[in-house]
Amino acid sequence: MNTHKKRNILICQGSTCHQVAKENLIDAFKSKLKEYQLDEDVKVVQSVCFNKCTVGPNIIIHPDNVEYSTVTSDDIDEIIMLHLLNDKIVERLVYNQVYENSGSDKKQYRIALRNCGFIDPEVIVDYIEKNGYAALGKCLTEYTPQQVIDEIKASGLRGRGGGGFSTGLKWEITSKSEADQKYVVCNADEGDPGAFMDRSVLEGDPHSVIEAMAICGYAIGATKGIVYIRAEYPLAIKRLQIALKQAKEYGLLGRDILGTGFEFDISIKYGAGAFVCGEETALIHSMEGLRGEPTLKPPFPSVSGYLGKPTNVNNVETFANIPAIINRGSKWFASIGTEKSKGTKVFALAGKVNNVGLVEVPMGTTLREVIYDIGGGIKDGKKFKAVQTGGPSGGCLTEKHLDLPIDFDTLMAAGSMMGSGGMIIMDEDDCMVSMARFYLEFTVEESCGKCAPCRIGNKRLHEMLIKICDDKGSEEDLMLLKNLSTVVKDTSLCGLGQTSPNPILSTMENFYDEYLAHVKDHKCPAGQCKSFQRYYISEQNCIGCMVCARNCPVNAISGEKKEVHIINQETCIKCGVCMEKCKFDAIYLN
Amino acid sequence: MPIIKSIQELKSLREEIQNKRKKDFSERHPIEIKVAMATCGIASGAKPIFDFLIEELPKRNIAANVKQTGCMGYCYAEPTLEIRIPNQDPVVFGYVDLKKADEIIEKFIKKGELVDGIIPINYIVAN
Repeated sequence: MNTHKKRNILICQGSTCHQVAKENLIDAFKSKLKEYQLDEDVKVVQSVCFNKCTVGPNIIIHPDNVEYSTVTSDDIDEIIMLHLLNDKIVERLVYNQVYENSGSDKKQYRIALRNCGFIDPEVIVDYIEKNGYAALGKCLTEYTPQQVIDEIKASGLRGRGGGGFSTGLKWEITSKSEADQKYVVCNADEGDPGAFMDRSVLEGDPHSVIEAMAICGYAIGATKGIVYIRAEYPLAIKRLQIALKQAKEYGLLGRDILGTGFEFDISIKYGAGAFVCGEETALIHSMEGLRGEPTLKPPFPSVSGYLGKPTNVNNVETFANIPAIINRGSKWFASIGTEKSKGTKVFALAGKVNNVGLVEVPMGTTLREVIYDIGGGIKDGKKFKAVQTGGPSGGCLTEKHLDLPIDFDTLMAAGSMMGSGGMIIMDEDDCMVSMARFYLEFTVEESCGKCAPCRIGNKRLHEMLIKICDDKGSEEDLMLLKNLSTVVKDTSLCGLGQTSPNPILSTMENFYDEYLAHVKDHKCPAGQCKSFQRYYISEQNCIGCMVCARNCPVNAISGEKKEVHIINQETCIKCGVCMEKCKFDAIYLN
Repeated sequence: MPIIKSIQELKSLREEIQNKRKKDFSERHPIEIKVAMATCGIASGAKPIFDFLIEELPKRNIAANVKQTGCMGYCYAEPTLEIRIPNQDPVVFGYVDLKKADEIIEKFIKKGELVDGIIPINYIVAN
């Protein structure tokens, strides 16, 4: 037998490809390779999701790096004959042919996460090797502070913490405020449940944030920087401390940085993990040792912030973009993304999606690409229902928004917001009323209590949602819910209260039927709200073994031996133990 | 470490590091292994794998540079490793446990055979 080139066939074992494939492609390939006597030279390898689920099943021929999509067992002969035996590519199956509207087969583009996963965050030379601190050097020796600001402004970078305010403009305002001392603050108080990009950046690439803060200090005329980080991030804190120590040892922080006379130092302040402290003014009060309560703006922190001095507050991810912008220029950065939102955004994918993880995509990528290609689709082949973007302050987006290009403005127009980039994906089994209740519970707990609309209003909203979920709501409550939501939104003091009713308003907008079903038909269509559940015993299946009755914690099941049992709905607490214990599938939910 | 006093010094330090890395890679330890060790990776069990590699590789006479990194982004497939062997593109493995780590050493590192659990790289990095 003549020898052939050693190759591997990588077969995607992501769950979407797995479901789409009618047969087991691994076995099919293996047996065909044997038939062609290629099993010695070509190895079949199982691979984790390729992130191209819309055109699955996918395979890669290694080391040729040729990717075939929509492969079935009927294609195997052709692939073997042409590609493996004759080194010819099967054009009709090549990924780009199958997936028509794709420019590149890689949808992710990493700017903020450029070093995460590549360098050792505890070793400064790793960062310097990757062009680290070159941007700071460039700013100090080639640019005036105003030129740095102009560069950031021209890049179109907008704050990644949620508001989306122009970063360059913020820097400019702070630079124009006159004072003997100014401060650069890095907001690492990532409070949005489901978001973890700031932690990942600090754990994977802390020097990029340090470098960016120094650049900001130079641009606005500050010599002191403070990282406000939540104490719940011990590893991020540890790595940040190591990075700061190393930067000082190398003279990249401190006095006379790179011999230019510029002085900048960074210290760390710990937050206790309050959601409201992500708001600039509350964050500053917390740093001053006061209660973490917001105050009315103006004055903006850029005029009067920490200790009454001009303070520039930016989020971790915003800072992580700065060195790349300085190194590659504002034109490059502005060429990525949409008209008004430039660059990329990191999203933390969580919930009912196959590939939970951190993804960075250019602005303008659609939700469908994020959820179905990068995210690998919905878990267990269920149907997509909604995605909550922007955490508790954001709103939910539905199927009709799937092809919406994501940026700050489109999300806002769709009734949600970018927020810090958390994306919680929900499937058909999730009840939207219950989801809104969950978020309101969070905001009620996190409200600082300073202003009445947020303190009392959110509490009442939460109570109304509990009432609806407990099958005690009426149609009147829906009206009240909507009105009060609008009032809380319009009258609260800070961003927390102004956005906390968003989950209610957006679910009412998109899923009003579901609210109606709760109050009118006394049903929870998703089957999640326990109060609406009724357990019944099927007369056909029950053999009267008494197992359910013995296990019921509240003795709600009665019946004689070998006779059909009955559940007393009044006493039943819907714990589901009977259903779990029944060996004859006799217990069902309505 | 002496303080870096000028942009020229920073530049020459960078070149020095890059050259040393190249030299190390071609002479001292041609294999580079990165273990994703952010909070999420550690929680999924990356630390014992990191320790296993540090301990086992010298015993098996493999000169490799094992290092920790931050999150690679594949949270669903943690713990993850990225391995670079000469003249090949780096390969990422997901769902690594001690057994898989052993298999990776024996099959991939020693013989260059791919093993199950590969994650195709799905992003472009701006450098």
